[in-house]
Amino acid sequence: MKNLPDQYGHFDIFGGRYAAETLMPALLELEEAYDKAKKDKSFAKEFDWYRREYAGRPTPLYFARRMTNALGGAKIYLKREDLNHTGSHKINNTLGQALLARRMGKKKVIAETGAGQHGVATATVAALFGMECKIFMGEEDIRRQEPNVFRMKILGAEVVPVKSGTSTLKDAMNEAMRYWVGSVRDTFYIIGTTAGPHPYPVMVRNFQSVIGLELKKQIHKTESRNPDALVACVGGGSNAMGTFYAFRNDKKVAMFGVEAAGHGMNTKEHSASISGGKVGVLHGNKTYLLQDEHGQVRDAYSIAAGLDYPGVGPEHAYLAQTGRATYVTVTDAEAVDAFSFLSRKEGIIPALESSHAIAYAMKIAPAMKKNKIIVICLSGRGDKDAQTIIETM
Amino acid sequence: MGRIGRKFESLHAKNEKALIVYLTAGDPSLAITKQLILGLEKSGADILEIGVPFSDPTADGPVIQAASQRALKTGTTLQGVLNLVADIRRMSEIPIVLFGYFNPIFAYGVEKFAKTAEKAGVDGVLVVDLPPEEAPELRIHTDAAGLDFISLVAPTTGGDRLKTILKDATGFLYYISITGVTGTAAPKTADIAREIGKIRKLTKMPIAVGFGISNAEQAKEIGAIADGIVIGSAVVKLINENRNSDDLTEIVCKYIKNIKKPLV
Repeated sequence: MKNLPDQYGHFDIFGGRYAAETLMPALLELEEAYDKAKKDKSFAKEFDWYRREYAGRPTPLYFARRMTNALGGAKIYLKREDLNHTGSHKINNTLGQALLARRMGKKKVIAETGAGQHGVATATVAALFGMECKIFMGEEDIRRQEPNVFRMKILGAEVVPVKSGTSTLKDAMNEAMRYWVGSVRDTFYIIGTTAGPHPYPVMVRNFQSVIGLELKKQIHKTESRNPDALVACVGGGSNAMGTFYAFRNDKKVAMFGVEAAGHGMNTKEHSASISGGKVGVLHGNKTYLLQDEHGQVRDAYSIAAGLDYPGVGPEHAYLAQTGRATYVTVTDAEAVDAFSFLSRKEGIIPALESSHAIAYAMKIAPAMKKNKIIVICLSGRGDKDAQTIIETM
Repeated sequence: MGRIGRKFESLHAKNEKALIVYLTAGDPSLAITKQLILGLEKSGADILEIGVPFSDPTADGPVIQAASQRALKTGTTLQGVLNLVADIRRMSEIPIVLFGYFNPIFAYGVEKFAKTAEKAGVDGVLVVDLPPEEAPELRIHTDAAGLDFISLVAPTTGGDRLKTILKDATGFLYYISITGVTGTAAPKTADIAREIGKIRKLTKMPIAVGFGISNAEQAKEIGAIADGIVIGSAVVKLINENRNSDDLTEIVCKYIKNIKKPLV
């Protein structure tokens, strides 16, 4: 595959830097600082140290024997990103960006959050490096992800409630960008996913690529070969990009990105931007978007707050266009079933976001031969979702 | 030279400064927007910036965000705004700039947009989230149609970048007076004077200043150093506060007359 993105952050027609002029100098400064850090061995060493000693990497690649037996087909492995410090893959990225912020001399950080996992991971690194931290979060998400709101506050972050739109992730990102326009001289914006203006999509992908690099080594150790399929949930798409990236040139490895179908793809209440959207421009990049015929962005919906976003990272849009990855959908109901299934079969409570990936693996595993291998990225733990699940029971 | 360039020339000859007024199209309705525009022209507005509402206006403060939401709720579309301009053009020669975000234009089709806008009598476009790096995909069509592409310069824009922006700017240069979103802070005249001084050394293009101007006092101070001022959030707020009044147009026109006074 071509080495993408190009120097302007384009993945073919996707990506780019569609940002207000006030932010452009900051984005160029960030790109320069990131390029410098990338070439600096001491940055890699420092990043690696924090991932190992602080976040607890490498995370295990766990063979889910009872799940495999119950489905009766392919062998299923779980990449246990839920076992990272703070309970999800988000810390991989926030550690990288906070280290970069520190190099750039920025003492204030901001972030948007949906499920609160990125907010918690940002509040955590802000505490670790002694930075001032503001987290923008939709009011609806504050309600349904309350435990994470408490965690952010305990860590010393200010949680700023966002009331516009549907009061979810898109609106939190709008508000974070507005705040950044006014504070750009001394504030670093830690974007939580592989979206936003260049260089965020490529930078976040690279910080998350440790997931796939590790699991490749691990599966070669236990099975002496590549998996046949990778399955990961896709909201903005950071855990999926992190899982896929190391395998992009291994053509025999199938990649499935699972989008949230919410109440169903035949309704307007879903978050599946690739499966149900059109190309457009939002939050600094060109990608698939849920929008009406006039280019107004539609509100997304999913039971999983972390997938409740009307766009998707531009590199996923590119992988979908080229056919290298396949994008599929799973409904709320299927995700909730998968949530219970994994909890009871393996004693692992998955995040509702990750439950979408589990649900899709449950669909394809039974029809696959027993010598085939599926790896699911279990991107986060589900403690935060207890309230939501109890409401559906 | 188009209507925008001619307007700045004629104002310059009279030693007057341009008053550029922003309105969100369709707030409270396209019919009232039209009525307001025709009234504003008679009250001293020199150039109009017509805001095309967008669902996610990330460069706008609370006032214009709310106006965009109201305009979308009443069904305002880019096509509706283009029709409005065509309608106004039958009665007025006031220069018109469409102000907005890229996605509604992209969804409409960039080539179709450029042709339809030119035909309707639009003079320029200002797309907040289309910096020079991404502008070519629209400009190959709008430049061909003879539309001005109004470029933004921010307080954060540095020297080399400024040169890049100036190289391709047309119509006038829009200097953002605050490091922030629209209508959220008062500009500092001394800082602006210094920055405009730097820009003037590099270009003869007219420079307008906006994003935080809300009263005649500020208009006077900034009018003394720039070629024009933009007033937006303050007008949008006034329109909303008087949306149900029979005297809406008179109230807004009186306000604009007052702002224009120190610019003459």
